[in-house]
Amino acid sequence: MTTFSRIRATLWRTAIQAIPTVFGIVILVFLLLQMAPGDAVDVLAGESGGISEDGLAMLRTRFGLDQPVLVQLLIYLNNLAHFSLGYSPRYNAPVMELIMTRLPGTLILMLLSQLIAISAGIVLGAIMAAWEGKWPDRLLSLVALLLYSTPAFWIGLMALVVFSVWFGWLPSGGNITIGADLHGWDYVKDFAAHAVLPVVALAGFFVAIYARLVRASMLEISRLDFVRTAHAKGLTPFIVTVRHILRCALAPLITVAGMHFGTMLGGAAVVETVFSWPGLGRLALEAVMARDYAVLLGILLLSSLTVIVANMLVDILHAWLDPRIKANN
Amino acid sequence: MKPWFEFRHLSRIALVAVVALSASTAFAQQPKRGGTLNLILTSEPTTLVTLTTVATTTLSVSAKVSEGLLKYDYDLSPQPQLATSWTISPDGKEYTFNLRQGVKWHDGQDFTSADVAFSILTLKKIHPRGVNTFANVEEVKTPDAHTAILVLSKPAPYLIKAFAAAESPVLPRHIYAGTDPLTNPNGNAPIGTGPYKFKEWVRGSHIIYERNPDYWDKPKPYIDRLVVKFFADPAARSLAFETGEADLGYRTPVALGDLDRFKKLPNVAFETKGNSYSFNVSSLQFNLDDKHFDNARVRQAIAHALDRKIAVQVGYYGYGVVSDSPIAPGLKAYHDPSPSPYAFDLKRANALLDEAGYARGADGFRFKATLDFNPISDDFKRLAEYTRSALSKIGIDVTLRAQDLSAFVKRVYTDRDFEFTINGHSNLFDPTVGVQRLYWSKNFFKGRPFSNASHYVNPEVDQLLEDAQTEIDPVKRAALFTRFQQRVAVDVPDINLVSPQFITIHNKRVHDHSLTADGVESNLADVYLE
Repeated sequence: MTTFSRIRATLWRTAIQAIPTVFGIVILVFLLLQMAPGDAVDVLAGESGGISEDGLAMLRTRFGLDQPVLVQLLIYLNNLAHFSLGYSPRYNAPVMELIMTRLPGTLILMLLSQLIAISAGIVLGAIMAAWEGKWPDRLLSLVALLLYSTPAFWIGLMALVVFSVWFGWLPSGGNITIGADLHGWDYVKDFAAHAVLPVVALAGFFVAIYARLVRASMLEISRLDFVRTAHAKGLTPFIVTVRHILRCALAPLITVAGMHFGTMLGGAAVVETVFSWPGLGRLALEAVMARDYAVLLGILLLSSLTVIVANMLVDILHAWLDPRIKANN
Repeated sequence: MKPWFEFRHLSRIALVAVVALSASTAFAQQPKRGGTLNLILTSEPTTLVTLTTVATTTLSVSAKVSEGLLKYDYDLSPQPQLATSWTISPDGKEYTFNLRQGVKWHDGQDFTSADVAFSILTLKKIHPRGVNTFANVEEVKTPDAHTAILVLSKPAPYLIKAFAAAESPVLPRHIYAGTDPLTNPNGNAPIGTGPYKFKEWVRGSHIIYERNPDYWDKPKPYIDRLVVKFFADPAARSLAFETGEADLGYRTPVALGDLDRFKKLPNVAFETKGNSYSFNVSSLQFNLDDKHFDNARVRQAIAHALDRKIAVQVGYYGYGVVSDSPIAPGLKAYHDPSPSPYAFDLKRANALLDEAGYARGADGFRFKATLDFNPISDDFKRLAEYTRSALSKIGIDVTLRAQDLSAFVKRVYTDRDFEFTINGHSNLFDPTVGVQRLYWSKNFFKGRPFSNASHYVNPEVDQLLEDAQTEIDPVKRAALFTRFQQRVAVDVPDINLVSPQFITIHNKRVHDHSLTADGVESNLADVYLE
């Protein structure tokens, strides 16, 4: 089978699996949300510090909460069938619009973090494996342990104290200087200044995971026969490490990175809160607190689609990296 | 010279000095034009006009665009805004407002009495509080384009304080007419008469308002741009003030524990004025349907066991005042300063519990109780923790239960599945609006948040509250509220503890942001940057 046909098969299989997965997620999440105490109207009325009885009834009708649960679910599914994520009466705006204004922010945050985490993880892991048991390995293991066990919000807050309060180098929140109307290169520089701390804070935990993973799989592979053969045919240790060992060690890394795409979305919610970054994670958090089910379902639906796409890309990468993997097994 | 005379003499000099000083600063500080003001909020508003919700975040932004008929000084006396003058008929049933001429909406249309009539009637229909505040309004007459007359079925002595911009916004009739006000796009991109024009709202990030060059009160406003940012994390808000990215935030925008550190920062200052439109009182509310707390002796014992001075320290780091009454000390006209009949006295508390038949068990405890606290701010949690430790001394084993706002509201007001709760309520601008709801037996409804959670029923209190609703003689009305406070203090359906002090934090370059009773929630027309 050619690489192209294997990739095509992967795409096809993912598409077929995605539909029931998404359907299952919608129904499961919808029912789970019903179990949370209180509804959107309780929150609105609570925030307003009271409301009349007529007002409560009027709001419940407007939110569609006066309907039985099953009817609400059917209405939602019907909306989905028409490619609509519904309407949020709380924000008086279509859910799609609410999500789309925030999705780019979160995607950029996640992609940059993932990129940094993978590159740093590979470099650190390779160094640790190459100097196994020696001081660079010990030192980096300690760093990885610290990154692994320190919560992202703490790293973020400390980075803010140091870089924006003490030194005043970086802004303390948001994703762009509001109202500056920047264009071109200035815009990119401004955005980068805002993004660097949140991206690093989010990446920290994953750097640790990936570095440990790369180290372990490189050590395992370095004892295999083909590595000995490579050494025997006179290749330099550097070439053997990079071309033979590292390439094979990338396969488990990519699998794990794909799986952690969803985890990262959870971490993004925390980092977005600390850095006041306008993203999906914070919207999801607010939607839970506000019992705004339409918004939350929309976010979960889109994030599950994102995770499915990420996993599909991983499968394709695998098919490309390792010719032995068949796309249809 | 006799000492008393000397003292009086000195104080008179001091008074003259203070007056002279304030006069000189008033002259020295000429408002400067230009600049961008960054106002920070703890979370994002759901809508930008206080028509369908009165959540704090919406109250913070609404008045910048949508103004009111009146504004209020620190003591809640009305001042002109869109109304230049007003009269109330002697029977208290007719309010005549003379409206400002030459005012235009941001889209160029003229502001007229038709807008006022439309606004009042719409507020009466759908505004969460307006439904009650304007309940007595029968019709709004508009004899000419600049006169609006509210005709009431019964007098409403609190009404004259209800016309602040954020409380009762005046809306453009030509935008709303014939539409559903709940879904009208004006809520997301408002048009008003205010000093700032709405420019953009990037969801999740910020709102931008631009200076309205055609504002009726020239040369105001002074600043070019007002940016509203949302900082959900309290630590992030502190950092934003420290770096200068935040210029202004109100209702104590940083963690109380940070305030002492903030006092030493060179670029930041505190302001306590501009919080008199809405005083809060934090209290311990009993569920009178509970098997322990239907017993008055148990409630009295708990009242004897709580030391309000410690509650101010623990719950509010000292930023608050003791309040024995549900009417906050700040609402001077109605607050009854007499202390609770159940002063702090652990011996008496233990004796009352013994009398009530709750003997101490082998573990030293008399009974167990679960305390739910309102999760909307950390102070309630700290008050709940203080309550737990205070009650352990009289042998009540308290378990705290945490939950989010929706769960709390449902538990207390809909399911009524609670024993007692630490909660907070705003007095708003009048006890009839802010306090009556907590004690009036006719306001006991399942499902209505911040209603009569105790399920307190006392016909005498009902009568006092209902009389105060329509009593137009201020002296008689104050007497009714005093009687009410005394009655409630004896019955202890709840234990009022603290009236928190809200602090506005601002960068020192920001001036004149809190000139009215509602401070930062006002239209901010006077604010300027140095």
